[in-house]
Amino acid sequence: MCRNADLQSLLSIDDLTVGFSRPNRSISAVRQVSLAVAARECVAIVGESGSGKTQIFMAAMGLLAGNATAQGSVRFEGAEILGAPPPQLNRIRGSKLTMVFQDPMTSLTPHLKIGTQLAEVLVCHAGKSWSEARVAARRMLERVRVPDPARRLNQYPHELSGGLRQRVTIGMSLLCEPLLVIADEPTTALDVTVQAQIIDLLRAMRAQIGMALVLISHDLGVVAGLADRILVMYAGRIVESADSAELFRHPQHPYTAALLKCIPSLSGPRLERLPTLPGQPPQPGDPLEGCAFAPRCPRAAERCQAERPLLRDAADPLGSGITRRVACHFPLSS
Amino acid sequence: MNVHASVSMNDLLLGVTDLCVEFGGRAVLHGVTFDLYPGETLGLVGESGSGKSTLARAILRLIRSSKGSVVWRGRDLMACEPAALRPLRRDLQIVFQDPLASLNPRMTVGETIAEPLRIFEPGLNAEARKARVGGMLERVGLAADMIGRYPHEFSGGQCQRIGIARAMVLGPQLLICDEPVSSLDVSIQGQIVNLLLDLQRGVGTAMLFISHNLAVVRHVSHRILVMYSGRLVEIAPRDALFATPVHPYTRALLAAVPVAPPPHGAAEPYRAPSVAEPQVGGPPIGGPPIDDAPLRAASAASPPAADFGCAFRDRCAYAVGICGTTVPPLEEVAAGHWVACHRSREFTASPLPPKD
Amino acid sequence: MSSLVDDAARRLRSNSGAMCAMFVVAGVVALALFGPWFNPNGSETLDWMHVASQPALQSAHWFGTDRLGRDLFARTLEGTRVSLAVGVVASGVSLLVGIGYGAVAGYVGGRTDHAMMRVIEILSGLPLIFFVIFLTVIFGRSEYLLFLSIGAVGWLTMARIVRGQTLSIRRREFIEAAVASGAGAARIIVKHVIPNVIGPVIVYATLTVPQIIMFESFLSFLGLGIQEPHASLGTLIAEGAGEMEAAPWILLVPGGVLAVLLLALNIFGDGLRDALDVQER
Repeated sequence: MCRNADLQSLLSIDDLTVGFSRPNRSISAVRQVSLAVAARECVAIVGESGSGKTQIFMAAMGLLAGNATAQGSVRFEGAEILGAPPPQLNRIRGSKLTMVFQDPMTSLTPHLKIGTQLAEVLVCHAGKSWSEARVAARRMLERVRVPDPARRLNQYPHELSGGLRQRVTIGMSLLCEPLLVIADEPTTALDVTVQAQIIDLLRAMRAQIGMALVLISHDLGVVAGLADRILVMYAGRIVESADSAELFRHPQHPYTAALLKCIPSLSGPRLERLPTLPGQPPQPGDPLEGCAFAPRCPRAAERCQAERPLLRDAADPLGSGITRRVACHFPLSS
Repeated sequence: MNVHASVSMNDLLLGVTDLCVEFGGRAVLHGVTFDLYPGETLGLVGESGSGKSTLARAILRLIRSSKGSVVWRGRDLMACEPAALRPLRRDLQIVFQDPLASLNPRMTVGETIAEPLRIFEPGLNAEARKARVGGMLERVGLAADMIGRYPHEFSGGQCQRIGIARAMVLGPQLLICDEPVSSLDVSIQGQIVNLLLDLQRGVGTAMLFISHNLAVVRHVSHRILVMYSGRLVEIAPRDALFATPVHPYTRALLAAVPVAPPPHGAAEPYRAPSVAEPQVGGPPIGGPPIDDAPLRAASAASPPAADFGCAFRDRCAYAVGICGTTVPPLEEVAAGHWVACHRSREFTASPLPPKD
Repeated sequence: MSSLVDDAARRLRSNSGAMCAMFVVAGVVALALFGPWFNPNGSETLDWMHVASQPALQSAHWFGTDRLGRDLFARTLEGTRVSLAVGVVASGVSLLVGIGYGAVAGYVGGRTDHAMMRVIEILSGLPLIFFVIFLTVIFGRSEYLLFLSIGAVGWLTMARIVRGQTLSIRRREFIEAAVASGAGAARIIVKHVIPNVIGPVIVYATLTVPQIIMFESFLSFLGLGIQEPHASLGTLIAEGAGEMEAAPWILLVPGGVLAVLLLALNIFGDGLRDALDVQER
């Protein structure tokens, strides 16, 4: 089942570049990124700090900081939304295109009750009355498995634990039956035991509502349980894109392979030394020539320092049908 | 309670007994008791609210404890006068979670690392001190000429190296690492952990490695302590903890770690070993999903649950009547393996079913 | 490599309002210090030929003269010198005392902090003017008394501010790290606390200079401060107030200088705060 990007894409990003201007210089957080998300698909964007993964979707949602500039194209349901005026964006933000943020404590308004914040979404976007909206809000709390929902509606965010707050924000993002939900590190601020439940919840919601999901994370383990397709980012660019199971089984980009090796495992032999990558990820302001990963890459050659590898279609040995792409002069063979 | 009765007290480096800490009337740490031996790495795992960071600070007397003793090489730190405590700090060092926040933004990196030298080796002249600092910088993988730079010029991983350099410059006997790699990128975590292991081997330092990341703890620790809601719930040698975890919370923790399928499709992904069905007609294995109970509500509405029984009972699939009335004591279920659970004997008595 | 001071300096330089204000202040100070060289008239010379004459650039007296024939330009410059001196010295004293007191109270905490803060509250509660009058009655009028009384008051708020700042950084991890490294309280206060609270403190000090000058002017206006034949901006304004109808320039010249000085100091202080605050992430 090959995906033809333009015809079926819900979200289509082309050649997106996001830069920030600082007093001394301007820095690029995202460099010429293109990706597409189809309906009902779950795409994970994985990268470390400085990879630019969050800024892509900040640009898409129109949430970039004041000193940021974005170029390129972001189309949602065929309509261009990059740089669109707020009234146009507000018609889709919160209803068809929603976002779940990393820290539910700061993404929920501290002085408004949970019920109010949930109902507000429906009142603004679905034109319901406040009483109808509160009923729907309570139903949503049940769906996201918040115990004792009637009582919770009248509570303030600080009265809930981190896991419950995140359930509330997920519920908020799903109230209008969105087409696409962007989840930015939704489990990073949570305890491990709670994290597992949130992942389960996202999986269940996808099965029930059928929305597309973009999952931004630095944690490949979290992503493994949910994603159909994974994009790996490094220094503002996509370096590998593959079917989820494929990526874990046969990573082709040296960075992906190294990242997977770096994750300490609960099974397998105990190691005397943890596997590691030398050096550190480049920060958005650092000047780059050639392949950004070359300084840390065990396979780097002269060509890598001089010429930046382009994202190209790669071999698809297991015939998953999902286009596989790698940006490397010497990708790992399967 | 001597958790390791077989070893003579002379060998003991650190003996913590019944340590309790209260914040504003609420008990944050209850009766923590464990031992630490020279050169060993003790892993301490727990989630938010478990009290692990509080424990680290209480041991070092960075916060006040309400009860208990911390015996360091034969001296009770809790009974020491502050003036007598300071010279002991030479051998008791700590590395913090947030690398940048643990460095004084107004001091150069060199001055920060030199501070312990100034305090404990005042006889050193400037040249010698500079040489020691430079040497330390190189040992942690930085360049000696970075001595005049300020913390904000470094990345998170580099800041953590500086923090480690400061902690290790005097060659302490105990290094407490409070989530040393949690705020760092995955590709950097290994570097810092390996650095800690190298330095530890070089000096023979014992380490208390605190983390919520079980996989990292697995690779560095000899023994592991598991904490929940201010209490120790399980103590075990490393292999035993991962092969035969007994406490329901430990099992839940291990089962919850999201695992990436290993590359190259070789080994099986980790699955927490299942526990035999308890005899007393408890709920079946797997039980109802463990919902995260709102921590805040429980503490606000009623006295701390921990005082009235097992703190984990609200989330435990195997809780029975006694769990609500009596705090389970730590009991030895196997050699060196201690568990605080009323049903621990049941969980270990029956043979484990074969892996399916 | 850049330090935090360099970053702050750069931000300050880009704030054109603050830079303007800084040059104005510098200009006034320069004028006050070096102006007498350009002015042939002394501030105490009585020119009977030109009593209360209007300002005229062609005449010998650019800004006119006062009721006694003294050159107003010279008098104003002297007054500015005195006011600035009082402002700077008193600010300096209150800074030193306040920082030490506030840092110790904030860091040590507990009962010591309580006791120290009660002292401040009691002193703050004393009616200031009565205090000054009381001292004046006992010790007679003198400039040193003026410095003392102003300084004695100025440090109170500075101590409060420093204590507040100290409380907010006391729990920061690098302070914990210093304690864990074996540093004693004295070392921590001097090397860790004070350098990190100095930002807001300097800003506040810059803003107290105009306050102190105002206060001194007020005291002198009441006759409690600087005495004849010396002048401060306050005494000059007091004089000028009496001559407002007949010879308004006697009021306007020193009044104008005071207003410009205070405005510039305030704007500069604000700019300094903006430049320093940003790094306090």
